[in-house]
Amino acid sequence: MDTLHTYDVLVIGGGGAGLMAALHAAPRARTAVISKLYPLRSHTGAAQGGIGAALGNVEEDRWEWHAYDTVKGSDYLGDQDAIDFMCKEAVQSVYDLEHFGLPFSRTPDGRIAQRPFGGHTNNETGKPVRRSCYAADRTGHMILQTLYQQCIKNEITFYDEFQVVDLLLVDGRAAGVVAVELASGELHTFRARAVIFATGGHGRMWEITSNAYSFTGDGPAVLLRRGLPVEDMEFFQFHPTGIYKLGILITEAVRGEGGILLNSKGERFMEKYAPKIKDLASRDVVSRAIYLETRAGNDINGQRYMLLDVRPETVNRYAALDGRTRPDGSPYVVSAEEILSKIPDIADFCRTYLGVDPVKQPIPIQPTAHYAMGGIPTSIRGEVLADETGRVVPGLYAAGECACVSVHGANRLGTNSLVDLIVFGKHAGLNAADFAASADLPPLPENPQAFAGHQLAALRGGSGKERAAQIGREMRALMFDEVGVFRTEQGLEKAVETLQDLRRRFTDIRVGDAGKAYNTALLNAWELGNLLDLALVTARAALARRESRGAHARDDYPARDDQNWLKHSLAWLDEAGQVHLKYKPVTITHYTPKERTY
Amino acid sequence: MRLTLKIFRYDPNTSAGPHYDRFQVEADPNDRVLDLLEAVRGDQDDTLSFRRSCAHGVCGSDAMRINGLNALACKVLVKDLNSDTIQIEPLLGLRVEKDLIVDMEPFFAHYRSILPYLINDEPLPEDGKERLQSEAERERFDDTTKCILCAACTTSCPSFWADGQTIGPAAIVNAHRFIFDSRDRGRLKRLKILAGQAGVWRCRTAFNCTEACPRDIHITRAIAEVKQEILKHS
Repeated sequence: MDTLHTYDVLVIGGGGAGLMAALHAAPRARTAVISKLYPLRSHTGAAQGGIGAALGNVEEDRWEWHAYDTVKGSDYLGDQDAIDFMCKEAVQSVYDLEHFGLPFSRTPDGRIAQRPFGGHTNNETGKPVRRSCYAADRTGHMILQTLYQQCIKNEITFYDEFQVVDLLLVDGRAAGVVAVELASGELHTFRARAVIFATGGHGRMWEITSNAYSFTGDGPAVLLRRGLPVEDMEFFQFHPTGIYKLGILITEAVRGEGGILLNSKGERFMEKYAPKIKDLASRDVVSRAIYLETRAGNDINGQRYMLLDVRPETVNRYAALDGRTRPDGSPYVVSAEEILSKIPDIADFCRTYLGVDPVKQPIPIQPTAHYAMGGIPTSIRGEVLADETGRVVPGLYAAGECACVSVHGANRLGTNSLVDLIVFGKHAGLNAADFAASADLPPLPENPQAFAGHQLAALRGGSGKERAAQIGREMRALMFDEVGVFRTEQGLEKAVETLQDLRRRFTDIRVGDAGKAYNTALLNAWELGNLLDLALVTARAALARRESRGAHARDDYPARDDQNWLKHSLAWLDEAGQVHLKYKPVTITHYTPKERTY
Repeated sequence: MRLTLKIFRYDPNTSAGPHYDRFQVEADPNDRVLDLLEAVRGDQDDTLSFRRSCAHGVCGSDAMRINGLNALACKVLVKDLNSDTIQIEPLLGLRVEKDLIVDMEPFFAHYRSILPYLINDEPLPEDGKERLQSEAERERFDDTTKCILCAACTTSCPSFWADGQTIGPAAIVNAHRFIFDSRDRGRLKRLKILAGQAGVWRCRTAFNCTEACPRDIHITRAIAEVKQEILKHS
């Protein structure tokens, strides 16, 4: 097989953002998707509860309310122009998905069904609003399947199981990528006029995580190595309800359908922390509440977990106390069958992994590392930004979880990850195609595969004193203990120091597999290197930020400090392993930062 | 508890033919088989190759044969197997590329052959909003929307083993998802494909597929419904 390929637009990653980008670039530009997984294996497929859009199918809603909720959810760190754009576009984007064939659940009058989700409110009453458009509890699965189906229909070109390991830049402009073909172990060079990174998140640096093994931050790590910055890395979301010990996600939709969080005393503890919307507060708020309850000794059996109770008797009791009604005004009373029909996959996870039937027993849960608010800095158009002044890297785009527009700021609202990848995936695709139409094909640098080849050779040529698996375990435990839901100066200092040491030890690993075909050990080791780089940047940015905002909670600086810290961080990592931080202002249009209560 | 994993090995680039390797691992009854494979690759033999991603049964990467039965390695727990030796082999009927990794392309080619996308050239609603579909119409094809294309069903099908040309249960499941979607207009095209030589009539209702499905899709029933639909239109 030829190992040099030329396209107008390359899309790196075959999840929701990548497929959206490809579908919108392909009609006007020769486009290929390069993905380390078969696209259907992407982590978009694991998203459960829904995609937020103010369709107003079951009650009054407006995109402006969605925007305000997102700004507030972001703890005012989200850029308000980008948030307005996203929430407005979300409405048509959801209709577009339906037109593509997505099998949304339906209302009695045949429209797209919607349900409540954390932090989404009617701005006039402050009460939860039904905004999350869903397909049972497998909305992400349906989005991924539907987009892939459209790619088949539109004959999009795919390089499946090709892992991109380097970005080629010529005179500061994107010129292509280098990828390993997993089946053969060969390096391939892809030339292009424009490159879109859509490589997903990096939650695998934490011990308890909802993320797929493949979420190793490849895109941001590749760009860091090429001298580009990453933005707001100190903000990583811990979802409050992961399955105890395993971290598997239990969607917020369980609480949307009436599930209640209980501590060891049987108290609905969220009443203390979010008196208005209680169990449906933002994820950062709920995760912190669980941590504080644990610290107060209210965890179950002293084992650092809480119970999520979705048994119909519990749901109905609290729904009556809250005065919750159905859209037609009748009291909200559910049966076990109705609950199971709304969350069939969750019920399956509980039975498989816990031996628990969720309508008969409560589910043991703990916070789980879930979503990267930070990532590759981009403009609203999806263009990658090179510095704090907003200078664009010509021809380079990013979208989805690997990117930071920023619409999620310090804390993402549930359902907004799917909104983000649909809206910004589409626009990155359109804009990259536009760019490609007017740009020439840049020359390749000399020895385009040299840097990638050097990185892979190093993984095979170390002393062998260290084992990659052991370094990975130490990193994950350290990150969970010191760079988790709550952080302190001392813990973060320890984390930075230890991560620098782990990065040094990493140079002493040696991959034992000398083969070429499906050398998964080699690529997993390379991915671990990405995680170590991003973990260091995360810890360093968290150490610098002496305030608490959204998902970044400092025990020693418990208050938000808009005076000094209403700004995005940008981090560069130099070859010596030093992190350099700069900052840029948040775009504030019409929502003035104020105290955030739920 | 201590377990023995007996794992199928094959590397086309070495002279050693297909064989089995044994590994001793320390396991908890609640461990997933995937956790054990990770432990082997991480700490004992990093030349072992297998696919995995989500690790909780939704991405479809890690379908394999575990003690002779097709399953996702991330959805089988040690305690479910009730044996102190676990035999792990690649899916049958697809060419082994390395160890537990098989060539998925023939499987995806069958999937693509049934036109797995909504076909409807009618104008969209004038208000730009969603096409209407009743809850009952949506429910009609709910079961087959769950498919994650892991190939556990197709590679458990005796007709597929006998002849890789057989389109196989996964492709029929995905055809069913569109044939019974009230918004779709491609029904006759798909029924024609499925009535062909490699289509639904190869099914001998062995039920292996239904038993293998990690998503509990009623595959044999879906195939029967497609057969009836073909008869109705023939």
